[in-house]
Amino acid sequence: MLPRLEARPEPSTAMRYASPLLAVALTLVGGLVVFAALGKNPVEGFRVFFLSPLKDAYGVAELLLKATPLMLIAVGLAVGFRANVWNIGAEGQYIVGAIAGAGVALYFEGSTSPLLLPLMVVGGAIGGIAWASIAAALKTRFNANEILVSLMLVYIAQLGVSWLVHGPWKDPDGFNFPQTKMFHDAAILPILIEGTRLNAAFLLALTALLAGYVFMQRSFPGFQMRVAGEAAAAARYAGFSAKRTVWTGLLAGGAMAGIAGMGEVSGPMGQLTEHVSNNYGFAAIIVAFVGRLNPIGIFFASLLMALLYLGGEQAQQYLNLPSSISKVFQGMLLFFLLGADVFVNYRLRWPTAVRFGRG
Amino acid sequence: MMEHSILTSVLIATIIAGTPLIIAALGELVTEKSGVLNLGAEGIMAVGAIAGFAAAHHSGSASFGALAGGAAGALVSLIFAFLTLTLMANQVASGLALSIFGVGLSAFIGKPYESVTLPAVSTLRIPLLADLPVVGPAVFDQQALVYVSWALFAAVVWFLYKSRAGLVLRAVGESPGSAHSIGYPVIRIRYVATLFGGAMVGLAGAFLSVFYTPLWVEGMVAGRGWIALALVVFATWRPLRVLLGAYLFGGVMIAQLFVQGSGAQLEIPSQFLSSLPYWATIIVLVVISRNLNTIRLNSPASLGQPYRPDA
Repeated sequence: MLPRLEARPEPSTAMRYASPLLAVALTLVGGLVVFAALGKNPVEGFRVFFLSPLKDAYGVAELLLKATPLMLIAVGLAVGFRANVWNIGAEGQYIVGAIAGAGVALYFEGSTSPLLLPLMVVGGAIGGIAWASIAAALKTRFNANEILVSLMLVYIAQLGVSWLVHGPWKDPDGFNFPQTKMFHDAAILPILIEGTRLNAAFLLALTALLAGYVFMQRSFPGFQMRVAGEAAAAARYAGFSAKRTVWTGLLAGGAMAGIAGMGEVSGPMGQLTEHVSNNYGFAAIIVAFVGRLNPIGIFFASLLMALLYLGGEQAQQYLNLPSSISKVFQGMLLFFLLGADVFVNYRLRWPTAVRFGRG
Repeated sequence: MMEHSILTSVLIATIIAGTPLIIAALGELVTEKSGVLNLGAEGIMAVGAIAGFAAAHHSGSASFGALAGGAAGALVSLIFAFLTLTLMANQVASGLALSIFGVGLSAFIGKPYESVTLPAVSTLRIPLLADLPVVGPAVFDQQALVYVSWALFAAVVWFLYKSRAGLVLRAVGESPGSAHSIGYPVIRIRYVATLFGGAMVGLAGAFLSVFYTPLWVEGMVAGRGWIALALVVFATWRPLRVLLGAYLFGGVMIAQLFVQGSGAQLEIPSQFLSSLPYWATIIVLVVISRNLNTIRLNSPASLGQPYRPDA
């Protein structure tokens, strides 16, 4: 007989924290199944995908490098998601942030001022904010759905960056490749650990997590946002401005995504290309959910998602599988999380053999 | 091939560009009418596109490709349906998950097919009518799926507004509690509506990869799934407006091709022209959402809300 779901009298706090772990475990098991289904040795596939990226210090630094944009974007998105503001277009805000950061670097080409990098960070944040504010303005002024508007802006941003690197910003000495000039040293984020690619953007991400924690857990506007998400009627009754909630939610995501984009062009890439985005804006949505919209959870979820990215690269190199297998695992992780979350509010009851007073 | 006048060529191209949007948006419309908001359309369409392409390539039959696209769309929608209807997961988050998963899965499966080309599928010419001036070749000498999209439109209109089953479906979307209390299986009906919608979105994907381009490129769906979702809002959940809106978008999509192909030395970058459909979507959303009541009165009342019958 099939079990049925029975509502818990109270949502289970234990399950709230156990369900991401359950989802991770299921994804790992799912990995074995997928590798076996693809005709690979599952144990070998598992080792290459999930373990080999972390075999040395360089690998760990690469993990933190990949996790950096995910942390930044996800903590920004979490601010909005907590208030049911669905900014799904972080990918676009990330791209515009990268464009803005690159614009500052190219405009001040040759400058050796130590203020250049801070200016690029601010530029990236403003770029992301500007892009997100389109969705916020249309939502608050015209009630246009922020999911669809912010998503459309992703495609527009992608076309925008493509135009820039094929056209006005193309490196004249770049053999006609669609990319800008390489940035000069003063526009490149300093490396934190010699011999790795891990750069100062990681410190920005940690700062953002801390700031996000203080804002969401310890500040009054953060409290208002949470009320707006969990009890919209109560928020209205208390006189919390719904418009401000939308603006705060979208701009927090936009600013963080913009900084993440700047960190990518000023970090591992060192220039702006069409492929500035590695799907980080969408992966960060998964990070935000798996991290329970909580900065501490987001820290660990970013590491996990970064591992899935690195695993995909390893699988391409050593297992002859397309690196997009990462995205399959990332999607699976979110499916498992959403499924496991049912047990926060419900529990399984096996039907008893004897029934009273029914039928 | 016979040379057409500019007007006829524009009509032909507009109808073809609008067809996947019609099929996908009508499918999503039926799903939403039952109260389920499936934001996974982009991912479903991508999966339908690669499944259809692979099936057409291996079987040599475009029709089989179309069927496979629909079946694959229904299959991945089953994941969404199980999460949201059985496990009562958040519909917005689950739909997004399906979009991310579907786009990733299609890229993964599609890698070996990137250099494969399919033979162009010839049109289905309706004798006599196709000889009418201007509109004849555009309307009566089209891909078979274009006629299917019109039949689907007629079927959806009939089903929703003339059939008893459609009435029940709409009742489930407006007030699942009432529908349940008079004995209708709300969850089962929502499952069927979600799978039907998924099948249609998958079919639309297969149309893109098997009939329209016909090749597979990662990211080829290029937001059409999201545009189909926007179309349903734009149409205020009415099938006729879906049809008209889809052709409007089809027109915007091909306008850029004609401008670029016309040889006119315009100082407009091609990327700007390519972004027009996305701007159009935003503008259309703004225009239709401006009046809050238009959305409130027309959207299914329980749209996006989970429902759990008291067992």
